[in-house]
Amino acid sequence: MQKITREQLIEKAVALLADGTVSCVLGWSKGEFDYDVTPAIFNNEEELKANFVFNDFCGVNFSKYLVAKTQKCEGKILVFLKPCDTYSFNQLLTEHRFDREKVYAVGIPCEGMADVAKVKTICGDGIASINFDGENLAVTTLYEDAPVMISTNDVLAERCVNCKSKKHVAYDELIGDEGEVIESNRFDEVEKLEAMTPDERFAFWQNELSRCIRCNACRDACPACTCEKCVFDNPNSGVENKSPANSFEEKMFHIIRAFHVAGRCTDCGECSRVCPQNIPLHLLNRKFIKDMNEFYGEYQAGAEVGSRAPLVDYTTEDLEPGEVFNRGDMNA
Amino acid sequence: MQRVGVFVCWCGSNIAGTVDVEAVSEALKSEPGVVFSTNYQYMCSQAGQDMIKEAVKEHNLTGIVVCSCSPRMHEATFRKTAAAAGLNPYMVEIANIREQCSWVHKDMLTGTEKAIILGKAAIAKVNLNTPLTPGESPVTKRALVIGGGIAGIQTALDIADAGFPVDIVEKKPTIGGKMAQLDKTFPTLDCAACILTPKMVDVAQNEKIRIFSYSEVSEIKGFVGNFDVTIKKNARFVKEDVCTGCGACVDKCPMKKIPNEFNLGMDNRKAIYIPFAQAVPKVATIDPNACNMLKNGKCGLCAKVCTAGAIDYTQKDEYIEEKYGAIVVATGFNPISMDKFDEFAYNQSKDVITSLEFERLTNAAGPTAGKLLRPSDGKHPHTIVFVQCVGSRCDACAEKGKEYCSKICCMYTAKHAMLTRDKYPDTEVYVFYIDVRTPGKNFDEFYRRAVEEYGVKYIKGMVGKVTPEGDVLKVQASDLIANKQLHIDADLVVLAAAIEPDKSARPLATMLTASMDTNDFFTEAHPKLRPVESPTAGVFLSGACQGPKDIPETVSQAGAAASKVIGLLAKDKLTGNPCVAHSNELMCNGCSSCERVCPYGAITYSDKEFRMPDRTTKIRRVASVNPAVCQGCGACTVACPSGAMDLNGFANSQIMAEVDAICK
Repeated sequence: MQKITREQLIEKAVALLADGTVSCVLGWSKGEFDYDVTPAIFNNEEELKANFVFNDFCGVNFSKYLVAKTQKCEGKILVFLKPCDTYSFNQLLTEHRFDREKVYAVGIPCEGMADVAKVKTICGDGIASINFDGENLAVTTLYEDAPVMISTNDVLAERCVNCKSKKHVAYDELIGDEGEVIESNRFDEVEKLEAMTPDERFAFWQNELSRCIRCNACRDACPACTCEKCVFDNPNSGVENKSPANSFEEKMFHIIRAFHVAGRCTDCGECSRVCPQNIPLHLLNRKFIKDMNEFYGEYQAGAEVGSRAPLVDYTTEDLEPGEVFNRGDMNA
Repeated sequence: MQRVGVFVCWCGSNIAGTVDVEAVSEALKSEPGVVFSTNYQYMCSQAGQDMIKEAVKEHNLTGIVVCSCSPRMHEATFRKTAAAAGLNPYMVEIANIREQCSWVHKDMLTGTEKAIILGKAAIAKVNLNTPLTPGESPVTKRALVIGGGIAGIQTALDIADAGFPVDIVEKKPTIGGKMAQLDKTFPTLDCAACILTPKMVDVAQNEKIRIFSYSEVSEIKGFVGNFDVTIKKNARFVKEDVCTGCGACVDKCPMKKIPNEFNLGMDNRKAIYIPFAQAVPKVATIDPNACNMLKNGKCGLCAKVCTAGAIDYTQKDEYIEEKYGAIVVATGFNPISMDKFDEFAYNQSKDVITSLEFERLTNAAGPTAGKLLRPSDGKHPHTIVFVQCVGSRCDACAEKGKEYCSKICCMYTAKHAMLTRDKYPDTEVYVFYIDVRTPGKNFDEFYRRAVEEYGVKYIKGMVGKVTPEGDVLKVQASDLIANKQLHIDADLVVLAAAIEPDKSARPLATMLTASMDTNDFFTEAHPKLRPVESPTAGVFLSGACQGPKDIPETVSQAGAAASKVIGLLAKDKLTGNPCVAHSNELMCNGCSSCERVCPYGAITYSDKEFRMPDRTTKIRRVASVNPAVCQGCGACTVACPSGAMDLNGFANSQIMAEVDAICK
């Protein structure tokens, strides 16, 4: 259950469009299903009133869309940012991926977003509609007469259960109250993986990653994956459009991607949200974040614009590579 | 498709002893692109090079793979051969089947198998090689010498003598270094000051040489021929160009109890001081930690007595930026700390001293005016025990000390022992040693004179423990030849402390991107053939920063470094390395990752217009590399998320082809 309403956001958007601050709005639009919310550009009040939605399924992180949309949109673009989105927003600014002057960012509070996979584990497949009824979701399925009532707290996405921050690190204007950075338990699962033997860990990832169908959704949603030409789309890279030799070969894609976003990943969790196979991809990135925190001191990508990630920075206090090696040895 | 020729070198028996060269050249014949493959005893010889040239002509080769020693050894040789045969020199690849193969394997089968794999990798790479043309960069005709000891002084004098301007940066208030602290020098026993101070004066008077004393190098950018260096001139609170060095300020300064570094703390100096009489520049320096005026604004006596008006309590650290074509490192050495050597009671008794302290005790300008007196009670010592190898030649696993031989201790200990017996024949002198090492002109004769003519008692064995008891030092030692324990009551114990590189060397190496060994000695480009050059182009090594050295060796190395610098500065243009990075603008995200990791500041960004597939125009921020500044380290190619950065001659595709060839 979100504290702000669709109407509040539309009102804000209409006002900003009317006074000429922005020329278009990047927001959530109703998708094919109620849980299937899609990002869209709204140009006027009519479009907003017709299709703009805001509910517990508005998990999309808009930051990445700004890279393309700021190039296309004349004038400023209004974007609604949840606290975790603002980290990606800053990280993209650090990498000069869009022009800050072309964006009007409105920070909105977030009470955590629902994970439709968790909803389906309760009510089963065939969701016909979802009504947002106070603290609960009233889910009507094709197979049941009465709607199933589900508390939003029971179906929070993993990234929201382990929310790292309710604080907006970037905005032009804020709706609602500002929150705080939270002490989360987001590394607990990584520690569980670290405690495994190498064989157990291999088996864990083999089980998870062999489900991958290489739909590229994780890459396409990831705000750190904004390369003009992705190596996996580059015919000269030697890995483009390669069909896997066995069911576990896609691990290479995910490992390479984790390395590519290391130090730049803000842990927004979009990769796991969009994965149709429910692979916990965020765990790969979190392992990197945890290691970097331990090796080079606490670092949160996107906490501020222009910060130097440990992997592209050098100080004389940096850990010698041999230490990292020794630790790897210890873990093995 | 390339037409590749493969040339497998035996290197005498160096390679052929562990690698079946015939099998290697035969196996590589069938690799893609290979049209010719052979082997020969010495590929680098004239006959071997001629063989390559003939094969290029006969088989119309477009690429060459030489399976031989490390490319650091002969890559340049074979590139020249290729150029002489009309090929682009960068169409040559070396497969290192000596250092990385024959020398590390004992078994012919494994050695041969690995040599074939390394050859295949080089062939895979050369198939993707493209001709490269190096650019040129100008040379700034000025040298920087870091360190003003005898090494730095000699290097600077020699460079200046060839007509090039030189700057010396010295962190102490005066140049002179360790040699200025010595009394006499082996093996001729001429006094150190008598031969050093005229050189110091030469430096001061040379129009081509500027001295930045009491200064440090704080930043180094750029590359060979074009270094941008920032020098931090520490505030000495005395105007250097005004001070006459008369010493009136020193006489009047009321702060008398400051340990004198020059005499290793064995006497005191004032808060304003000139380190020693022949200091260059002969200018006073105020110690800000000791001066009352600077600490709490009370005193000001020195300013009152200075007739020249040179005292300036408001002086600030000054940063000087200068361009240099070459940099010489001459940061020197220090004796190691004796704190971990409790068995010798160094910290318990004033009469246990290091050899450098002994040097000051016998120096006419030292704390005792040259009389050998015990630091504790000022009495003349009658029994002196010298202990060699204190902290030198230790076990690799030992918690204290160094693994290496400090090289100079045997000779200076013989000198100390001989001079003591000469001046004070009533003194018993014992020297405990592991080995006496005296290679060097007239060195062994010198040591034998100490034993045979001066009656110094050399005992093979180590001192186990020194225990101060009353005013004697109980020395417990073993005589390995007589196989017995010795107990000596000594008045003075002198420890030949190991020497180590100056602590400033490690951060300097980081700034220079010059490599060091595990002991923090700078490494040479080649231990035998390029001993005074660092592997980093334009950086040269002089003196003990490269390894333990005595004065004659230091001076000859200083001259060698100077001649290398002169050779560099004499050129108007330097041929660059064409293996530089370049950015594919169509793929560049403009994210700045490469700019952040570039150690040379070679990458800049600009906004450029691009035509998009949908016929719109898009303005994007893209990286470009200045090829004159890029050193081809490849850091950017690794940092680039999209693979837009690539390195000429070491393209990602080439590296992948090598890996594939190895893993096949």
